[in-house]
Amino acid sequence: MPDVTSRDRKQSWFYSDTVKEHFFRPKNFIDRDVGPDEYDATGKVGSPACGDELRVWMKVDPESERIREFRWKTFGCGSAIASTSMASVMVTENGGMTLDEARDLKPQDIMARLGGLPARKFHCSVLCDKALRDAINDYYRRAGKTDKMVVESARLVDPVAKVTDRDIEEAVLEGAHTLEAVQQKTKVGIGNPGVLPAAEELIRFYKEKYFG
Amino acid sequence: MGRHVYLDHAAATPLAPEVLEAMRPFLGADCGNPSSFHGDGKAAKDAVDAACSRIAKRLQARPDEILFTSGGTESDNLAVLGYARANKEKGMHLVTTAFEHPAVLESVGHLVRKEGFTQTVVSPDRDGLVKAEDVLAAVRPDTVLVSVMLANNEIGTIQPVADIGRELQKMREAGKTKAVLHTDACQGAGAMELDVEKLHAGLLTINGGKIYGPKGIGALYVKRGLKLQPLQFGGTQERGIRPGTENVPGAVGLAEALDRAQDGMEEENARLIPLRDRLVKGLLARVPKTRLNGHATRRLPNNANLSFLDVEGEALLLYLDAAGIEASTGSACTSAALEPSHVILSLGLPYEVAHGSLRFSLGRATTDHDVDYALDILPPLVEKLRSISPVRVDEKYYA
Repeated sequence: MPDVTSRDRKQSWFYSDTVKEHFFRPKNFIDRDVGPDEYDATGKVGSPACGDELRVWMKVDPESERIREFRWKTFGCGSAIASTSMASVMVTENGGMTLDEARDLKPQDIMARLGGLPARKFHCSVLCDKALRDAINDYYRRAGKTDKMVVESARLVDPVAKVTDRDIEEAVLEGAHTLEAVQQKTKVGIGNPGVLPAAEELIRFYKEKYFG
Repeated sequence: MGRHVYLDHAAATPLAPEVLEAMRPFLGADCGNPSSFHGDGKAAKDAVDAACSRIAKRLQARPDEILFTSGGTESDNLAVLGYARANKEKGMHLVTTAFEHPAVLESVGHLVRKEGFTQTVVSPDRDGLVKAEDVLAAVRPDTVLVSVMLANNEIGTIQPVADIGRELQKMREAGKTKAVLHTDACQGAGAMELDVEKLHAGLLTINGGKIYGPKGIGALYVKRGLKLQPLQFGGTQERGIRPGTENVPGAVGLAEALDRAQDGMEEENARLIPLRDRLVKGLLARVPKTRLNGHATRRLPNNANLSFLDVEGEALLLYLDAAGIEASTGSACTSAALEPSHVILSLGLPYEVAHGSLRFSLGRATTDHDVDYALDILPPLVEKLRSISPVRVDEKYYA
């Protein structure tokens, strides 16, 4: 059996140069406490219990609905820090994404710009898109445009780790057929064990659906 | 820059040059198989037998009580699975602790899930110490095996194995149980006396790669008269309990490494304890919101395990590595299971404290300068990660 950590050190270091650049020199983070009205919107995902917590703040141009400024804080591993940093660059570069564009930002897009991440790091450490969508809804809520708030169409299974039934479906399709394997990909129920029965039920459902 | 400070000796130690020298003949021309009937085979067999005798002597055991294995994991597996399976008629209840090495915990778990055994898992206290009376209270007439590590591999805390062994012996003599004691001594072997008589151990695990010996070799002490069911088949080596061609250079290396570690132990412990304490006290003083995991003094001389709250261990580990310091973390993000350290959680501490834990394990090469370097490098790195962290762990966890 492996010892404490050194077990996967090598794998952890399969980080691309871009990942390392964003990890060692993260962009757009905020290193102080943020007042409630300093930014136009804020979003949050995760909890320290599951190993990652991410908060974001943004300023939005009310006319164009483009993201002018995007700041973040994160408690997380190397790839969590790097992917958040990269996302912050992506949503603000070239005059900033519109909120509609930003809502479509996928973890895959962030990962592609990073030059890839170790497979098992992908689902659990690329959380910024979820925090971003949370912040977009917060922007519309504060702006009184509640009709533009979008509830995630997938059903939220774990509200702490923000894992949806679609995340579980995707994990099963990628070959995770046990709770442990799905947890490795999604962190569902880690630090929030109350949701485990629902997660297990979904794993069974998708396994039967796709693999008979 | 360019400095290299290795503080991960609990994970792996470098091979001592003298150990390599002892092994060298058997890595080169002396290739005989100890089972072969010719001169080279005889030479190999003699070398393995001599190694076996040396190890037995160190443990106050007899040569026929030593089995060579591939390492700590196999020895632990063989002790737990092999003994429990062979002695089912004595009972099917197992006692262990919540912070054993996974090689023990998962073997016990397998017997419980798949083979009808039951278990009682004893929790350590907040300081990482298991109470002998808690372990003994869990022992029943149908308990077949009690497994308690000599020292914990993550936090280094030293467990009262001799007390447990002595009392268990009394319970056996009084007919209250038939349970035998196994102890995983992988981490303790370089810093603690290994006397199976004083420990009253029936089974004891050691591992070459943690005591400046080669990786891929371990031994299991099996008290005379104890029955084990093999985990592998196909030969008569090691009395058929652990068949397979002997790892001749490994066995020679393990014997040499164990002798050297035990001979030099007192001096090395006396050198390491002040270094460890200076590292711990220095970090606690220089980095706010930091806690020492495990008892301050009842721990291995080389182990410093601290949680730096509000930061995540993998990120800190990577920053340290970039600065030339190599350590380990109990954070989930570096474990294959993405679960944080079961050891830190077993102390009753929350996930976020486990995620921020780092283990520094000192060794023969560690100097005062290394400790100074770590004390200089670490605080600003923790500060940097804290400045971008939104988490503020409750102060009750570091007070």
